[in-house]
Order: sequence, then C-alpha cells, then structure tokens
Amino acid sequence: MERVPILKIGDILLVSIQVDMSDQTAVALQEDLAERIVETGCHGVIIDITALDIVDSFVGRMLSTIASISRVLDAETVVVGMRPAVAITLVELGLSLNGIRTALNVERGMELIAIERADEPYDERDDGPIPEPTASP
Amino acid sequence: MALSADESSRLGELLTSRAEQVTQQWTEIIAGQLRGRLSQAELVRQVQELHRAMVDALGKGTVDLNGEEATELRAVLAEFSRGQARQGFSATETATGVFALKEALLAVLEVDQSIETLRDYVAFSTLIDQMGLFTFESFVRTRESLIADQAEQLLELSTPVVKLWEGVVAVPLVGTLDSARAQVVMERLLQTLVDTGSPYAIIDITGVPAVDTQVAQHILKTVVAARLMGADCIISGIRPQIAQTIVALGIEFGDIATKASLADALRHVLRLTGVETARRQPRREA
Amino acid sequence: MTSGVDLGRPQAQAVGSDEDVVRVRQLVRTVAVAVKLSLVDQTKVVTAASELARNTLVYGGGGTVEVAVVDNGRRTGLRIVFVDSGPGIADVDLALTDGYTTGGGLGLGLSGARRLVDEFDIQTTPGQGTRVTITKWSR
Repeated sequence: MERVPILKIGDILLVSIQVDMSDQTAVALQEDLAERIVETGCHGVIIDITALDIVDSFVGRMLSTIASISRVLDAETVVVGMRPAVAITLVELGLSLNGIRTALNVERGMELIAIERADEPYDERDDGPIPEPTASP
Repeated sequence: MALSADESSRLGELLTSRAEQVTQQWTEIIAGQLRGRLSQAELVRQVQELHRAMVDALGKGTVDLNGEEATELRAVLAEFSRGQARQGFSATETATGVFALKEALLAVLEVDQSIETLRDYVAFSTLIDQMGLFTFESFVRTRESLIADQAEQLLELSTPVVKLWEGVVAVPLVGTLDSARAQVVMERLLQTLVDTGSPYAIIDITGVPAVDTQVAQHILKTVVAARLMGADCIISGIRPQIAQTIVALGIEFGDIATKASLADALRHVLRLTGVETARRQPRREA
Repeated sequence: MTSGVDLGRPQAQAVGSDEDVVRVRQLVRTVAVAVKLSLVDQTKVVTAASELARNTLVYGGGGTVEVAVVDNGRRTGLRIVFVDSGPGIADVDLALTDGYTTGGGLGLGLSGARRLVDEFDIQTTPGQGTRVTITKWSR
C-alpha cells in the first residue's frame, strides 16, 4: 500500500497528496498524521490537495476527521489548493466540509496558521486578513 | 427507393456524354435564381464539382445516396451546403441549386416520349431528391452549429470576471441568469480565484432583473464552492424587490456577507484585508 | 494502466478491493475524457462512480462495474453499471435520503451520486443484489 509522505517545515506539517488514494491509504494518512503531530509538537497542518482531481465523500470525511483530531491535539488544519471542479462537485454532492479551514494555496495556508497562532486566544476566526498586498503572477 | 444498376449506369452515361450541355443548363438555372449574388466563375466551379462528384459516384455503381460508393458525393454536397450557409444563402436556394439538375436533365433527355425515358427520368429524380434533401440537412446543421457558436460567444462576453484590487475579484452580473449561464459564471469565477490567487470575490447582481429559487441556489452554491477553495464571497447590489423575493422564497443566505453596492462591498473587503481607505466626510456648513 | 482502452466495447472492471475502486475511477476518467465531457462533468461522473463503486465493495461485498459509451443521436455520453450480488437494499427511498447510512459513512453515497449524473436507475432485490445504472451526457 502506498503511504502519503508528511513533511515537517518549521512548526508546520505539510502533506501534499499526489496520488489517487485508495481508502486504505487515506485511513493510513489519518493515523500517521495524528502520530506525527504528537511526535513533533507542531501546531499547524497543511493538506495540499492541488493534485487531487476528485474528492469523494470518503476523502471528504477523512479531511474532516483529520481536522477534528488535530484540533484535539492543539494543531490547526488547513486544506489548500482545492480545484474549482472539485469544489463544485463537492457542493453538488452535499458535502460542505464544515469545520475545515481552507486556503487557496500553501502560502496562504501558512499565513492563516500564523495568524491563528498569533492572536490566541482566537476570536473572529473567519476573517483572516491578508498582511501585505503581494504581486501575484 | 433506389435506382437499379442499369438506371444508375444510364444516368452516369448521360451525365458524361452530355456533360457540357448539362452543366451549362444547370449553371444557367441557378444563376437565374441567385441573380448575381455569386460570381459566374464560382458558380461554374461549384456546378462542375458537383457534376464530377456525381459522375464518379455513378461510375462506382451508386444506386442510393446513403451507399458507401456515394461517400465522396455526400462530402461534396455537404461542402456545397456549408459554403452556401456561410455566405448567407437560404436553405431553399441551396436545395433548389441541386433540384435544378432535374430541369437540366430533362432538356438533354431524348424527346422520344417513350415510356422508358419517363421511367428513367423518374428514377433519376429519386436520386436528385435525395441529394437535395441531403443538402437541406447539411445546411441546417451548419446553421445550428453557427448559432451554437454565437450563443457560446455571447455567454463568454456577458460574464466578465474583473480584478478590482490586489486579492479581490468581481463579477458584475447583467441580465437574466439561467442555469447554463450561472454554471459558466460559477466556473469562471472560481477559476479566476485560483489563477489570481485572490481570497475575495464580489458577486454584484445590480444588473440582474429577477432572482428565482434556481438562480439564488446557483449563487449560494458558488459561495459555498469558493469557501471550500479558501475564498470568501460577498454579494452586492441586491435590489429591494430581489430582497423581498429572497425572503418570500425562504432562501437562507445564512452567514454570507451582503452589501448594498459594489463600492460598499469593496470597502468591506479592504477593511478586512487591512487596507486603509480615506473616506470623505460630508463638510459641515459653517 | 488504462491507456489503450477500446471505446467501441463496454469496459468491465471487477471490484473486489480498495485498489479496484481506484481503477474504476481511472477507467471512468479515461472514458469521460474520450466522450469530451467538460472538466466539471468529468469530475462529477468520476466522483459519482467512486461513491457507487465503494458501495458495491462495502455493501454489496464486491461485484463488477461496466463502462460504455452511449449515443442518443444528438449527444454522446457514458453509461456505468454497478452490479453486486450482495444483500440488496430493503428500502430504496430511505437509502436515497441524504444522511442515511448503515455503514458508518456520511450517508451521501447514493443520494449524492444521483445529484451528480443525468440519469440514475437502481434495481435491487433483498437477498439477491443491487444494480445501479448511471448516465452522464456531454453538453
């Protein structure tokens, strides 16, 4: 069975899903992540799904579970890079991924986590500001 | 109805032996109908091409236009109809261009009034009728695809996604939103968010005359999809009647931010992103 | 891999494991691209196939999936049939309700898949099995 690699960058764990995951792989990722959060003491998890061309209810549930588990372990999870077609399909499927924070890309995901950690105890969680206007390509 | 093998070969022979006379007659009849809207040279070229394709097809033993031997002939006819459709000729003019061959044939048939000749003529007519109907169909198909293309272009034109500020894009919606258009808007907006890396989108519906349940649902779905991708949508320009409809239909906009105008929406976003905006205070009279 | 798929004939894929569900997704994707579905429609039909193939595996105890290209004269599309000989579904209407689940999932498999496709048909006999047919047409 394939395993999805988990990278540690500073205080953040980065998971970039590059393969069409089987359900077992998804469950294994969930377990691996929980272990790594405890092991590293990281306070942020970024799951990059840019490469995923579909997210079905199983993967959607996995993302929700990871977010809940990491919250219990005092880490913030951000799902980044969801493709438009995937988002439209998820809405139609009836999955709104409540409780999951999202960002357009890894960079914004990192900013989001940084802001979250900066103003603890947090309030106004939904209004994540952008620090500086950056020239995007 | 198909020709017999004999009839087919007799028609081929007639078209070959009297080639010049037939094409000339044929050209003249069409020219009379078109009244100079097509150059003589072009017309002669078209007629000769059709004539050659027919002779070829009959030479291969064509007895029916739908047969395999007539593949080439069908291609030539389709090309002919496409050309006519693109140049703005009517369907009738296109089909009669083919039917004119009947008249041209009648002129060259031996005038012995024998029953054989009559039989042949009726048989030839069957094939020509098939050809005429075929051009008619090709013509309609060409026009349909032209219309579909134009509709698509119109759709593209009517749904611009513009960048308002660093990290803020807007879609000013104008006109009636049907399901197809809402879908296009949704996909374009979301793709623009990715392409520009913008975490904020403003959907301005000032120009939308009415909102029904379906349209409202489409807008709501867009907002939810944008959230899944990590972007926030603000809806602006909700007119009083539309606000009433939304409430009357019992549509929940929930926690989606709504603003009266595009300007208010932009100001709202800029405040969220921490950009300072100088607001002109109304000057007090001394 | 799925390259070199002969689209003239229906393609069958046995579903007996997790990996087979992945193969079903890949097969459906290949055919969806071949019949020129838009990107969003491709995503929708692959997602629906993923949900239903998982149902075939988890609830039906395995089965087969067949993918075929269809043509109604005006449009082309793809038709996918999921067959299992599992316990069947006692109450189809209930199973098609959002949030209803017997397997500990989110209960969106059947109902969600139905929303993602143009045509949806389910035939089931308790004790004998289930057959779900979905069709998606190109626009």
